[in-house]
Amino acid sequence: MDASNFLNALTPFNMMLALFGVVAGTVIGSIPGLTATMAVAVLVPITFSMEPASALILLGAIYTGAIYGGAYAAILLNTPGTPSAIATTFDGYPMAKRGDGDLAVAIACFASVAGGLVGALGLLFLAPPLSKVALAFGPVEYFWLSIFGLSLIASLSQGNLLKGLVGGAFGLILSTVGIAEISADVRLTFGSQTMIAGFEVVGALIGLYCIPVLINLAAVPDRHLKVESEVGSLRILEAAKVTLKSKFNLIRSSVIGTVVGILPGAGGSVAGLVAYSEAKRTARPEQRFGEGEPDGIIATEASNNATVGGGFIPTLVLGIPGTPPDAVILGALLIQGVRTGPTLFEGGGSIVYTFIYGLIIATVLMLPTGLLIGRYAYKTIITIPKAVLVPTVGFMTIIGTFAIRNSISDVIIMICLGVFGWLISRFGFAASPIVLGLILGPIAEQGFVQSWIIGSATDNLWGMFFGRPISLVIVAFTILSLTYPLIVKRRMQNKKSPTDLKAE
Amino acid sequence: MFTKTFKSHFKKINYRSFFSISLTTLAAFTFAVTAQAQVNGPVNYVIPFGPGGESDISARLQQPFFKEKFGQDLVISYKPGGGGAVGWASLNNLKGDGQTIMGVNLPHIIIKPAQKDVGFTTDNITSFYMFHFTPDALVVTADSPYKSLQDLIDAAKKKPGAVTLSGSGKASANHLAQIKFDKMAGIKTTYVPFKGTGAAVTALLGKQVKAEWGYTTVGAKQGKAVRLLAVAMEERHPLFPNVPTFKELGYDMVGGAYRGMALPSSASESTRKAWSKMVGEINNDPAFQKKMLDGGFAMLDIDYGNMDAFMKERVKEYISDARAAGLIK
Repeated sequence: MDASNFLNALTPFNMMLALFGVVAGTVIGSIPGLTATMAVAVLVPITFSMEPASALILLGAIYTGAIYGGAYAAILLNTPGTPSAIATTFDGYPMAKRGDGDLAVAIACFASVAGGLVGALGLLFLAPPLSKVALAFGPVEYFWLSIFGLSLIASLSQGNLLKGLVGGAFGLILSTVGIAEISADVRLTFGSQTMIAGFEVVGALIGLYCIPVLINLAAVPDRHLKVESEVGSLRILEAAKVTLKSKFNLIRSSVIGTVVGILPGAGGSVAGLVAYSEAKRTARPEQRFGEGEPDGIIATEASNNATVGGGFIPTLVLGIPGTPPDAVILGALLIQGVRTGPTLFEGGGSIVYTFIYGLIIATVLMLPTGLLIGRYAYKTIITIPKAVLVPTVGFMTIIGTFAIRNSISDVIIMICLGVFGWLISRFGFAASPIVLGLILGPIAEQGFVQSWIIGSATDNLWGMFFGRPISLVIVAFTILSLTYPLIVKRRMQNKKSPTDLKAE
Repeated sequence: MFTKTFKSHFKKINYRSFFSISLTTLAAFTFAVTAQAQVNGPVNYVIPFGPGGESDISARLQQPFFKEKFGQDLVISYKPGGGGAVGWASLNNLKGDGQTIMGVNLPHIIIKPAQKDVGFTTDNITSFYMFHFTPDALVVTADSPYKSLQDLIDAAKKKPGAVTLSGSGKASANHLAQIKFDKMAGIKTTYVPFKGTGAAVTALLGKQVKAEWGYTTVGAKQGKAVRLLAVAMEERHPLFPNVPTFKELGYDMVGGAYRGMALPSSASESTRKAWSKMVGEINNDPAFQKKMLDGGFAMLDIDYGNMDAFMKERVKEYISDARAAGLIK
């Protein structure tokens, strides 16, 4: 890790790759359906002719750009551009609706850069020790982690818990449709060939989040987003101030993102949800999460970009991909003849360190490019007339869903889910609990089945589920997250009574 | 020093290649979106699994050789779901003009349709070449108390069921290997299915399980972190000269997961033959063979002419194994 590696990363060619990668990634990521995995996979062949370090820099830059780009659609259209940006919609879209879309986009950029840097620094300084985290997480830990994620349903649907739970359960059922990933059973297909493929997560996301927005846009005469002032800059200074004020949230979310990124069974979406859940749990009383709270965006965007650096840790140290895009990059490395493993950091370390510096440079470059592209995206969305916006976005949702696995049935499922989501939203059911169930269901199921098999085989079922320190910590956090709203409520009531008396 | 690095790197910049990179990117994206409308030029190579697995990596290894020999891009895309079933069920709806091919895996395309209606049958998949296989291997961590295959057998005999083994999927090559070997050695082990080889290896390295039913590729990827107890090959793998075969140890186990490529059934006989010839040419390239062997794969050359006989034999073998294991009725 000496200066020459840093200088290698600074060559004009590598800088150009980093810039190109970030720009391309951001644009691709902002289109719902075109995910980071796809962006990286498509670009792998062009890296064959490059040196390994340059290839890695390009792929890493695309990856990190795509994760950030997902925030635009989440904020401006209520549709996560990539699954990592699910929790960005919770507060980003409400902010955009009330006229703070420019601020939200800028905050997302600052938070993403900060998160990306924390993740990359973790990779630079702590990769070998941190890679142990990936191995410490077994089936039980994944099971409890997904239960923790599901507990977010409770806090997401405050005052409407029953509807939230119904939505979550529905999502869980949807997640079991098709051929089960590990048991190979065919479930709930009702004899239909289409259903064998199950519900593709990205397609379901687009349907459940984006289609209702489009229907509402077409149904009401108002403008898509409220515009307070003359559209000029992105309110960058204000955004910087807001982000800096939440430095604790920023750092905590970045660390969560780095750690979750290391876990091969989780990923950006889980990281965002966990960080959001923690930010919400520790919120100050005046903060209103879910109604346009900047801290919600900061938590999600910092954590999902931190998963980029975090995910590279097991990928490079253990040869186990931390996230799906990492799996593509690992394949590219194998073809380049680079063998991953601890020795990569010791003996032939130059490739790795050149790459890490390149990733840091790309992350920093994301600040100006992200703000610039963000401004353009914001301007476009608020200025184009609705008659153009709705069909354009509608077209994009179809292309995006189709592109995931070239399947027309995914598109049909997407549209059906969208209409369904719009209908139930009239009765107060939100999309997010369904999506949480759909994403976390398979992780929970696999973890549970595997833990059960191992626990039974070793005659230690009870100890398997409740005897492992990491899982106990996650269980404790789950209980805390479930009961915290009640505790706060009680505390507020206790506080309120004396002041109320005084006021009278 | 800086100027030197600067200069040497400056030379390497090839602006033309950079320009063509952007073009290819653009083309590739349009291509990914309109794959079915493609008639000429780059070939769409669909992998019915997600990225990073053996199917993806071996296809990626073919990619540069295809470009070099035939001047066209082999564009890899993924169509995961249902352990490959989603991809194979859609294969025959694709255009049979030879611009779209799909990866096929054994035992998957034999076992899955035998279990349930999954939208395709073994017979309607037109495989034209089987280009390699990943031999089954029993893998343990480097610090495992099982130094040899016998150690594992002894442990399993001492406490039936207590030896836990991870593997990729159920009714899969790994699972069949576990069932078959348990029977041969007269032991009882517990198989824990994971989503893909990557997750199964993670569970092994994290000591969630005691051993893994994997492939030789695991040994190539993990190097010193793992130890192979035995491999299911006729002869030892050149990459692991010290690892015995099951045969040497007295167990008649040779096999693993076979991988090849298929065309939509509407492809003409001449297209099938042409493809078989092209893939065979890549397979005969010593540089390609070296890359494959270094990755832990084992070469295989079943071309279109020999496919029917090969498949017939495999179907017989896998179906009787799966039936004996109670995986199919």
